[in-house]
Amino acid sequence: MATVTLSHVTKRFGGVTAVRDLDLEIRDGECFSLLGPSGCGKTTTLRMLAGFEDLDEGEIRVGDRVFSNSARHYYLPPEKRDFGMVFQAFAVWPHLNIFDNVAFPLQIKGLSQADIQEKTRRALADTGLLKVQHAFPGELSGGEKQRIALARAIAINPQVMLLDEPLSNLDPKLREEMRFEIKDLQRRLGFTIVFVTHDQAEAMAISDRMLVMRDGVLQQVGSPIAIYEQPASRFVFSFIGLSNFLPMEDRDSCSYVQGAPEAGPLEAPRPNGVAGPTWTLASRPTHIDLQAEGGLRGTVLRRVYLGEVVEYRVRIGPHELRIQKGARDQVFEEGATVGLSFRQYLGYPEE
Amino acid sequence: MRPRRFGTAELLLLLSILILVVVVAIPILLIFWNAFVVEGKPDFLRALALLKEPDTLEALKNSLVIAGGTTVLSTIIGVFFAWLVSRTDLPYKGTMKVLFLVPFMLPSFIGALAWKILLSPRGGHINRLLMDLFHLEDPVFNIMSLGGIIAVETMYLFPFVFIQVSGALERMDPTLEEAARISGAGLFTITRRITLPLMMPSILAGALLVALYSLAHFGVPAILGTERNIFIIPTKIYEKIYASGGNFEAIRTGTMLSSILVLSAAAILYVQSLVLSSGRFQVISGKSMRPMVLKLRGLKWPLLILSVVYIAITVVLPTVTIFLVGTLKTYGLAFKLENMTLDNFTYILFKWELTRDAIWNSFYLSLSAAAVTMLIGTLISYVLVKTKIRGKFLLEFLGVLPFSVPGTVIALGVILMWSGRFGVNLYNTAWIIFVAYIARYMAFALKSTSAALEQVHDSLEEAARACGATKWQAMKDVVLPLIKPGMVAAFFLIFLPALRELTTSVLLYGPHTRTIGVAIYTLNEDGETVYAAALAAIALVIIVLGQLLIKRVTRAKIESA
Repeated sequence: MATVTLSHVTKRFGGVTAVRDLDLEIRDGECFSLLGPSGCGKTTTLRMLAGFEDLDEGEIRVGDRVFSNSARHYYLPPEKRDFGMVFQAFAVWPHLNIFDNVAFPLQIKGLSQADIQEKTRRALADTGLLKVQHAFPGELSGGEKQRIALARAIAINPQVMLLDEPLSNLDPKLREEMRFEIKDLQRRLGFTIVFVTHDQAEAMAISDRMLVMRDGVLQQVGSPIAIYEQPASRFVFSFIGLSNFLPMEDRDSCSYVQGAPEAGPLEAPRPNGVAGPTWTLASRPTHIDLQAEGGLRGTVLRRVYLGEVVEYRVRIGPHELRIQKGARDQVFEEGATVGLSFRQYLGYPEE
Repeated sequence: MRPRRFGTAELLLLLSILILVVVVAIPILLIFWNAFVVEGKPDFLRALALLKEPDTLEALKNSLVIAGGTTVLSTIIGVFFAWLVSRTDLPYKGTMKVLFLVPFMLPSFIGALAWKILLSPRGGHINRLLMDLFHLEDPVFNIMSLGGIIAVETMYLFPFVFIQVSGALERMDPTLEEAARISGAGLFTITRRITLPLMMPSILAGALLVALYSLAHFGVPAILGTERNIFIIPTKIYEKIYASGGNFEAIRTGTMLSSILVLSAAAILYVQSLVLSSGRFQVISGKSMRPMVLKLRGLKWPLLILSVVYIAITVVLPTVTIFLVGTLKTYGLAFKLENMTLDNFTYILFKWELTRDAIWNSFYLSLSAAAVTMLIGTLISYVLVKTKIRGKFLLEFLGVLPFSVPGTVIALGVILMWSGRFGVNLYNTAWIIFVAYIARYMAFALKSTSAALEQVHDSLEEAARACGATKWQAMKDVVLPLIKPGMVAAFFLIFLPALRELTTSVLLYGPHTRTIGVAIYTLNEDGETVYAAALAAIALVIIVLGQLLIKRVTRAKIESA
């Protein structure tokens, strides 16, 4: 069983807390993403998992085995953890050819020549590298280098695979392709994936479950859909996909936009879980309808055709909203007064 | 193609080519001409016969042994200390890193002088001390031997390797090692199978620099070897030119030996460019992360002590010796307060014409050579980097020459060129040293100004032109201010080594044109050990002050930027 458990994990660098009191369970065989802006602590978390960083507090276990424990100053060294790991900058050894790169972990394990040959060839076949096995990394493209790193990581058939922004050095088309390949490999070999990324689309596409982190603090854990549909905070809402925020205030049991009472009251119920007379309305650009009459009144500032989609910038008082409609929907001119109604929205406490 | 008008760019190109031809190319050609052409006909057999003379053969063999030994020893020491300060948890790593660079500041011939005082077989202080202490018949060390020369050169040359390797270790992508670690490899395996192979190009580059320098180096073998009849190529050339009274056969042997030096330097540089251009070892990372550090545990303090003792023996001991001997009333007296005096220094600085002249000569020669070479270097680099005109390849070829010409060869070349054969006789004047310095240090100027110019993107100049500036205004207001730091660096890169120069000027000095290096060397030759040491002490003070000045100037530059 390769369930990875982090309990109360804290890591400080000097005066900065990189990871604060993190509790997490990554299930056997799932693909789990750590998502957040740069400097949020996701890479530090992965490096603690790998054993490259000690813990200031807490414990990391894999299955029943303790891998890191700060109280006992016990740290299983990285080379004893039997993880596979893929690094952002590929970390392919330029002085070894492709075959030797992939065979390296097997040679270290002291396997027999025949075993090394067989397992290396299988890893190379799994990643489509058999044909170039005698080439040197310098002769290959970025995508192929990342395949070498992947092949090297799966060669020992690890139970857990750590991926540190493995796709961010690739161009967009290749990135999509590699996503599928990684998922495909996982399906065939059955390892657990811990995947670090700052790209929310990538995380949503690849993960069974994911977490969002900010400044070392866990914000939310859940399936991609749950996190997209029910972001736990304004930060998570803004980090996952395009977003609009409108500050609201309640008067006479109606909600008005702050600084724009003339726009009229919100013709929809105030969301649950928002206390106090002022709150923030959050909505995606595709979840707002435009109409000639009724709704919150605003003015079209700009209209941009994006092919399938038409994007409007609409002003309500001092605020500006981004709204996306289908290209075949009713068209509004720049300068026109329009009404906004929110098909889907959430409320958060004012920050 | 339409013939182009002869414009400013063409004029600059022609001027650059002309300067390099006169300063570098013709002197080298003259050397090869004298070596291989007899009475207008090529004659390689006679040239080879000259090489077969026992004393030349011996010098060639010694050069090989000393350059080889110094290279191997410097590489081992340089790699070891580089690894120690960048891959272990050695205490005071930062300080130690700076200290390991100090031997670079010390002119090696001054080091050799100190070691001769300490370890010469009979008179050396340490040898005498040991002999008295243990009642020995024979001296323990003999620094005036092949081994001694190798040891002393290594002390002052290992930083070439140290700088290359520690720099490469710091720039190396740490995930290359981490990937090996997560693959199951321990630190020893990683060092052997990943780190060392990846460092190979840097190690080799550093080692080749040591070989290049050691092969062409005059000071240490002259001070420690000549007295014992140990000659290498540069000291043999010196002996041929001086001891043989300048007869034709001697000059021919000198040019033959010089040709060998030029060819081996070119070969070394060629190998180096091959090593550096092989893209297989691109290991520089964009992301800076803390690399893995080996915990030394019990070895931590012993290794620190080893490092400190190494610095103490190679830097502190010789420096202190030079200063102490410089204060003695007469050489041979014991180091007691009543035997010491500061009069030696005032005598050297203010009263004795020979040393006063030497200090003054070194100063104005290195100042003027640095300024002129820097300006010429900027001009040539500008043409090389920024213009696109036909005929540039010629300048590119000429621009490589200064890198491969050892100091002794330059000296011999300018003697052949400026001794009246072409109507100008500069022999025995300061001018001949000045011309030689320009040739010798052109490589430094080209390197740092072309690096600066390459960083100024063409679009910056084009933007100025688009804003209405003329080519000259764009140059003056945009390009020059941006490359000024590179020019300042070039100036100091020339000024400081020129101040302590010996190899070239020792072949060129006349009665009134001794440099500091020459004065120290000749004083030592004449047995004036105390005055040699005192002048060396003054030279060390000047060098340290100069280094501090550079630090101030360059730091002010960084802060204002």
